[in-house]
Amino acid sequence: MVPSKFAYHKPTTLKEAIDLLSTHGDDSKILSGGHSLVPVLKLRLNDPEHIIDVSGVASMGGIKDNEKSITIGANSTHAEIANNAALKEHAPMIAIAASMIGDIQVRNFGTIGGSIAHADPAADWPAVLLAADANVVISGANGNRTVDIDQFFKGLFMTAVGEEEIITAISIPKSAFNKNSTYVKFAQPASRFALVGCAVAVANADGYVTEARVAFNGVSATPFRDGNVEKSLKGSVLNGDAIATATASVADGVSIMSDHFAAENYRKHMAGVYARKALSALA
Amino acid sequence: MSYIGSSVKRVEDKRFITGQGRYTDDIVLPQMTYACMVRSPHAHAEIVSVDIAHAEKMDGVVKIFTGKDTDAAGIGGVPCGWQVDFKNGDTMKEPPHPLLVSDKARHVGDAIAMVIADTYAQAKDAAEMVTVEYNVLPAVTNSKVARADGAPQVHADVPNNLAFDWELGNPRAEVDAAIAGAHHVTTLEFINQRVICNAIEPRSAIGHFDTAYDKYTLYTSTQNPHLIRLLLCAFVLGLPEHKVRVVGPDVGGGFGSKIFHYTEEALVVWGSNQIKRPIKWTAERSESFVTDAAGRDHITTAKMAFDKDGNILALSADTLANMGAYLSTFAPAVPTWLHGTLLQGLYTTPLINVSIDAVFTNTTAVDAYRGAGRPEATYLLERLMDTAALEMGRDPAELRLQNFIEPFDGVEEEGYVTQVALQYDSGNYGPVLKRGLEMVGYEQFRADQKAAEGTGKLLGIGFSTYIEACGIAPSAVVGALGARAGLFESAQVQVHPTGKVSVFSGSHSHGQGHETSFAQVVADKMGIPMEDVEIIHGDSDAVAFGMGTYGSRSLAVGGSAIVKSIEKVLEKGAKIAAHLLEASVDDLDYAEGKWTVRGTDKSVGFGDVSLTAYVPHNYPEGLEPGLDFSSFYDPANFTYPFGCHICIVEIDKETGVVKVKRFIAVDDVGNVINPMIVDGQIHGGLAQGIGQAFCEGAVYDESGQLVNGTYMDYVMPRADDLPSFEIDRTVTPCPHNPLGVKGAGEAGTIGSTPAVVNAVMDALKGYGIHDVEMPVTSQKVWNIIHG
Repeated sequence: MVPSKFAYHKPTTLKEAIDLLSTHGDDSKILSGGHSLVPVLKLRLNDPEHIIDVSGVASMGGIKDNEKSITIGANSTHAEIANNAALKEHAPMIAIAASMIGDIQVRNFGTIGGSIAHADPAADWPAVLLAADANVVISGANGNRTVDIDQFFKGLFMTAVGEEEIITAISIPKSAFNKNSTYVKFAQPASRFALVGCAVAVANADGYVTEARVAFNGVSATPFRDGNVEKSLKGSVLNGDAIATATASVADGVSIMSDHFAAENYRKHMAGVYARKALSALA
Repeated sequence: MSYIGSSVKRVEDKRFITGQGRYTDDIVLPQMTYACMVRSPHAHAEIVSVDIAHAEKMDGVVKIFTGKDTDAAGIGGVPCGWQVDFKNGDTMKEPPHPLLVSDKARHVGDAIAMVIADTYAQAKDAAEMVTVEYNVLPAVTNSKVARADGAPQVHADVPNNLAFDWELGNPRAEVDAAIAGAHHVTTLEFINQRVICNAIEPRSAIGHFDTAYDKYTLYTSTQNPHLIRLLLCAFVLGLPEHKVRVVGPDVGGGFGSKIFHYTEEALVVWGSNQIKRPIKWTAERSESFVTDAAGRDHITTAKMAFDKDGNILALSADTLANMGAYLSTFAPAVPTWLHGTLLQGLYTTPLINVSIDAVFTNTTAVDAYRGAGRPEATYLLERLMDTAALEMGRDPAELRLQNFIEPFDGVEEEGYVTQVALQYDSGNYGPVLKRGLEMVGYEQFRADQKAAEGTGKLLGIGFSTYIEACGIAPSAVVGALGARAGLFESAQVQVHPTGKVSVFSGSHSHGQGHETSFAQVVADKMGIPMEDVEIIHGDSDAVAFGMGTYGSRSLAVGGSAIVKSIEKVLEKGAKIAAHLLEASVDDLDYAEGKWTVRGTDKSVGFGDVSLTAYVPHNYPEGLEPGLDFSSFYDPANFTYPFGCHICIVEIDKETGVVKVKRFIAVDDVGNVINPMIVDGQIHGGLAQGIGQAFCEGAVYDESGQLVNGTYMDYVMPRADDLPSFEIDRTVTPCPHNPLGVKGAGEAGTIGSTPAVVNAVMDALKGYGIHDVEMPVTSQKVWNIIHG
């Protein structure tokens, strides 16, 4: 398991990294924690000529607790996120999802930026970021742009990140729904990626749901929010009956993945079960 | 102190857990090159052409060999080490297994070229540039499909892909008649699915031809270096055996898959003489998945007949055994002599017939995998027993107790002669089941199970009472059964002048803890500290001969050879002691490392006697100097460990998720040298057996690709899948070996799998099903509940 030959670059500033990307274009790949890219290289599924290791770019690290949001640097490891006090308080599902990724070694190395750039539909981040109404900060030669998470995931291993762009941060709004949120996962027994991952975030006022965000990964080739469930919950009292009604037909109309662990009908059923689990935890 | 019976910490673990283990891939030789194999991505394809012209010129490439080169060198391929004849007496079909295929690839991973370069990365890069043109053929991976008319032919000269057929036991007509007239017949059709061994250390081999001495050395990750040398020299490359040294250094797990002689071993040895440099090949994990011999892969129909009181009257079994694309070293023995012979189980079944079709398919070869045939036999019997109990409205524990063979010690009472060619050594089967029932709290469980009805959970209990044939094996017996090798073991006990002891064993550890258990035996028997004993194994230049480690044989056979040598050492030592003490040998007692003249305080220590043996100034007349003895031990019989495994599962009805709530194992492995090591073997075996039930299983697609050929998709059992095991033992010593040991390496795997599936079936008994196919995934269980 050795990758093809590549040139290794280790920029220390974002500008340097973007310059390298501009120079090498589609002959290059960004490396941060390496937990998505390195297996791909070792299996020779991809053989870029240049590896640009951004783990030394200081501006891409750290988790900042701002007034209205929390900014997670793209280089933040899953472990840092799982243990971050501000996230635990303002968006618990983010910390919970981080704590469920891989094992300790993976969490200590793998980064949120790398994971969402890879866009594995069974990874844990997509659902929670969708439910959280996150924004992804993407930097390129022309500066920064912010992409709404709803517009970020474009399909199997595809994102809105351009060829010469780098994900630099993910921003999580401090909202009532994020404060009351959780993530549950039915794990694929070998990889422990999600066969079904469900993130729920629910804002209540006077005992009624004012906003519900319910998102899935693992179920479909593209992570998605289930608008029917969200609509059904809005205005209800979040109790067993409301949850049962809302989750009666989870993932309707969605193209569902199938494999030897979970065929389409079972996956769809489990999406409902896990939506109920997640919502019940908030009821 | 007595070392035997105490849980001495494993002496080898210090180097393993501090990263100082020395595995084949750790060895670096001067001028060493690295090989990367070009492997077929197709399960079945004619090789139209192989173009190495571009690859040959790449950086660092030393040489590329293809099938044309090995064909031109007249190398016929790796042999099969066990011959099974057809029912009609014809010899089994044994098509060649070339080192590099030149005509046709017969499974994904079949090697087509060996690219050798200065570094592995260079070899890998060049291997990618070897262009092979294929004519892809339809492939067959399932043994039932392979037997059908019109199925793809794996080998042109093997009609209907039948390697051999075979039967054992009472005449089939008699058995069928008994079944036809029986009060109740339980019939099961089931699959014992293919599992992949997944040793943590991938296979690795270094071939080194030393031009100075005209001598070859093969370092290889193997369970039996001497057998590899024999096969390599006598059958593959035609090399003089005294000019070949095979070293199996530390080996990181084998589970059977490293018993066999693989093509890569012969390739690196042969190639090293062609290029006059050492060649190292180490499998990548993806290669291990498609080239390590796999396990199980049986499709079976079995019938068990009972009288109205629940006594077993007859058993018939018909099995299709998938051999893969070639016959691996011991492959023919596994479904036959290691499987058919075990179908007596612990029961008094008076009529048994088993029939096997061994079938070629476009898959990786199948061979012995932890338990090898015996887990398949146990699965067959024990699934039948629980199913029969359910069908007849009997309690599965009682039904077993009723049909158990009566106790016999093999000394006062004769060993039990089965209907399927074996004589059990000693057995007392009731106590293991009774102890298991006690531990599980059977009555309470049935009450809990009833109480759970109507909740979202289903509880189930499954039993498995098994026997295995271990301590493989009496050479004359296995010879008569087709083995092309003897199955004795050798040991040399070399006493140094200072009284320290080196023991050279032909047995070979790949995780079992020989360096500890064997040293415990030696230290105890010789009355010296364990620190004074070194166990040396795995090097054919150091150890005279050996048959290696598999079939739970190391202690029973290899340990017995050591005991024989110790007896010789002490016998000679006594002569020297008697001389020094000016006493008669008959008046001496040996204890705690010294000879004492009985009834006096006159004694001489082992160290003084050792020194005298090598500095024989004051020495018995006519006695040779030195204190160094070798022995070969050929067992009188197999050993027959047995036990009872009980599993409790809880199924979540909404999700189909099954949890193993408890697992109880009461095993009888005869005498125990190191309880901690035996417990560890049982624990690991249970994990592996439970893993087959719930997690593991090769999945092929239509074209013959292994769909789950990585750890992202192939499910290995993990600690959090398993409960804390509850284990106990009974001890029924083996009557025919000096240590009274029976072997513990495979028990966990053999007994556990059917207990798990039986527990699932018990939980699902309200759903009117007969079987659930392994691995029992939540999807399958959910389908049953909601189907």
